[in-house]
Amino acid sequence: MLGFIGRRLATGLLLAFTVVTGMFFFLMLTGSDPARGALGLYATEEQVAVKRAQLGLDRPVVQQYLDWLGHVARGDLGVSSAQNADVMDLIVSRLPVTVSLALGAVLVAAVLGVVLGLLAATRPGTFDRALQVVMVLGFSLPNFWVAIILALVFAVRLGWFPATGYVHLGDSPSGWLWSITLPIIALSIGSIAAIAQQLRNSVITVNGQAYVRTLRSRGLSQRHILLVHVLRNASPPALTMLSLQFIAAMSGAAIIERVFGLQGIGAVAINASGNSDIPVIMGVLLFTVLVVVLVNLTVDILYAALNPKVRNA
Amino acid sequence: MSADTTVRAGRTSRRLRAFLGNPMGVVAGAVLLAIVAASVLAPLLAPQDPNLVVLSEALRPPSGDHPLGTDGNGRDILSRLLWGGRVSLQAGAIMVTVALLCGIPAGLLAGYRAKWFDGVSSWIFNMLMSLPEILIIIVVIASLGSGLAPTMITLGVLASPDIFRLTRSAVIGVREELYFDAARVAGLSDVRIIFRHVLSVVLGPVLVRSSFIFGMAIIVQSGLEFLGFGDPQRPSWGGELSNGFQSFQRAPELVIAPGVAIGVTVMALVLFGTALADSLGISLRRRTKRPARPARTDDTPVVDRAETGDAPADRAAVGDAPVPAAPPAGALLRVEDLAVRYVAEDGTTKEVVRGVSLHVARGEVLGLVGESGSGKSQTSFAILGLLPPDATVSARQLALDGQSLVGLRESELRKLRGTRMAYVPQEPMSNLDPSFTIGAQLTKPMRHRLGLSRKAATARALDLLDRVGIPDPPRTLAAHPHQLSGGMAQRVLIAGAVSCDPELLIADEPTTALDVTVQAEVLELLRGLQRERDMGLVLVTHNLGVVADICDRVAVMRDGLIVEQQPVAGLFANPRHEYTRMLLNATLEDAPPRRERGDLQEVGS
Repeated sequence: MLGFIGRRLATGLLLAFTVVTGMFFFLMLTGSDPARGALGLYATEEQVAVKRAQLGLDRPVVQQYLDWLGHVARGDLGVSSAQNADVMDLIVSRLPVTVSLALGAVLVAAVLGVVLGLLAATRPGTFDRALQVVMVLGFSLPNFWVAIILALVFAVRLGWFPATGYVHLGDSPSGWLWSITLPIIALSIGSIAAIAQQLRNSVITVNGQAYVRTLRSRGLSQRHILLVHVLRNASPPALTMLSLQFIAAMSGAAIIERVFGLQGIGAVAINASGNSDIPVIMGVLLFTVLVVVLVNLTVDILYAALNPKVRNA
Repeated sequence: MSADTTVRAGRTSRRLRAFLGNPMGVVAGAVLLAIVAASVLAPLLAPQDPNLVVLSEALRPPSGDHPLGTDGNGRDILSRLLWGGRVSLQAGAIMVTVALLCGIPAGLLAGYRAKWFDGVSSWIFNMLMSLPEILIIIVVIASLGSGLAPTMITLGVLASPDIFRLTRSAVIGVREELYFDAARVAGLSDVRIIFRHVLSVVLGPVLVRSSFIFGMAIIVQSGLEFLGFGDPQRPSWGGELSNGFQSFQRAPELVIAPGVAIGVTVMALVLFGTALADSLGISLRRRTKRPARPARTDDTPVVDRAETGDAPADRAAVGDAPVPAAPPAGALLRVEDLAVRYVAEDGTTKEVVRGVSLHVARGEVLGLVGESGSGKSQTSFAILGLLPPDATVSARQLALDGQSLVGLRESELRKLRGTRMAYVPQEPMSNLDPSFTIGAQLTKPMRHRLGLSRKAATARALDLLDRVGIPDPPRTLAAHPHQLSGGMAQRVLIAGAVSCDPELLIADEPTTALDVTVQAEVLELLRGLQRERDMGLVLVTHNLGVVADICDRVAVMRDGLIVEQQPVAGLFANPRHEYTRMLLNATLEDAPPRRERGDLQEVGS
């Protein structure tokens, strides 16, 4: 088991390293100009040249890369080229917002997706067909549009939730929950549908397996067989779907944040992109990829816990 | 060659008909056509220039001049949406094209050539799948700007793993088919094989996925426009949503129209893809089995009997009436006139078991013999109440130890399983839950059904494993099914079947899947347990040698009915039915040449 976790972790870190390295060279070699981005369109060429030297952009790209990597290894992500802010501080203050949204959406999707998927698999007919409709709607309606409609109805019209702003968990747990409820609903609808559909299909497959009939022949209750044996054997594909949904939620959160005026990592990245602020872009990228690696690792461990063949391999 | 083309053309037209017969797909297709036409014809259809700013006309409600009203700058919303459709369609076209161009060739090569390319490309595409697309897009925008081409090309690359995996697995599937080898032997070049066999298989699923990717493209592109990554002069649905959102407080209804435009288009794409998948027979959904009516009901036995009225006549035609007039009074299991039917989707009924009557006494072994498909297993599952939900069971009598099983609810029937009647399956490996240890699977029924403590159940499980001849019970208890051999797994299943002291054991071909050397031991074990515990045993088999070894009486089944039933000595000495003679001849060493099946059918029916 430990060897398995080690291998998965190594693969994940290799992935993070590859992505980050590839993106660094891509940014540097495709003509993004952080000096120009920092100074704006009206700065003279001389001013930009001075800034370039100041940011160290006149050095060879490989040297800049190794330099950056060396600093990252020491926990230093550098200073934003557009504003005078430490990248690490910036990300650490903003990441919790985005991760709260993405994790919250995936947790909600996991719980509701499993419940709805089980119901759809075991109650063919009206309920199952209704789920298909929800599934198509969940995929077709852009989540940021759903977010706007939710904000319009529940925050602006009914005033049940705050329309904008993020409350830190440490400041007020209930305020925190209140401020992320609507964003999480908007983010999770598509994921709920995707997970419910995946689980429905795999529950139906597992239900047709011979061992389920044999378990029934032992006199175990349908409920016990469904919730313990079938669910466990049906969950690996749903788990894979869950990790894909988490990645999608990290993306979706960047847009949803805009709707609810939440200062998350999305807003940071969007500003940085406009300014060609390479230290900030790289920092955001590194953190996000690491979060994804962490979540994938968790899913792999759960996967192994559920599947003895993986564990013993 | 021409025949091949005809077959293919026939298949295509049949699929086209299937698609056109699906109202959902046709409506979705029509909606898509309308959207494409509206966007292409936007210059003609739009009431005014989408960028015409008339500040005095700002935020007007819908009217004759402005069917959808105006935005905060007094621009006509309908005109902007019509023009905006062009951006969405371009975005979708770019993303789908790039995804196909990356995914299909790589998938073909990876599936076809395997080896190192498969490993490398699978790793790369797996990596692409775990990248949050928005961040990658932001990197691309920082370098190349927010034009439609760089963003949508990037998104196309990020969507290509889907197409890659689909193509790769389709190619691997084709490679395992026989005609693939035949084509190679025939000397077709790789390229021709790919075009003739592989692409035709891949095309359908790829088209279906493409419609989903197209939908995704529209959503993501709108999202980028909504975030402000777009040309403000170029009307787009996402940009409209963003404009509407900015005048959110004053005119909230402005966010409705662009959202509906996006939602309807994507929904049409999804439904179109789903209908396409259905007509190609590659549905993404698994169908559930629906009960024709609650299984195992017999509220109108007379009617059911009338329906099966041909069965007695059938038997009469055979000559000897094989069914004993009345089962002995003390029989443990009594079955009279059992029928199992399945209603097919076209409404026709298929009767797989008809007019079956049999009985088993305590301590007796009844062999149920017949070739595969004769209804032996269906009969067993009907007795246990374990048929799939779309099966219908009826019987004049179906009783265990005097208690009628007909019309029992699942919850009542469940209480009889395990403790009164139990089941040993045919294929040991697929009948153990792969995720749980043997110990968990053995002790759970004893704890749930007999109320034993975990400790007591474990102790009893160890005894049982010892009794069924497993060498190291504690180790087996901790093992998972994949760590056992087939013979060991079957012993575990037998231990499980007898763990709650059933009176009746139904063993469905318990030795068929095992090595010949193990078969005799497992039979001996079953016989031993049956004697020790004085159980009634129904042994389903197609092997008359097994019957001769351990059965007391034999029922011979064919085509869903019992053609002959008598004590084992009588059956071997004096088989009454032609079919039984055929079975005996086929088994015995000095068997005469087999008779044609046609002859037999004349005699049999």
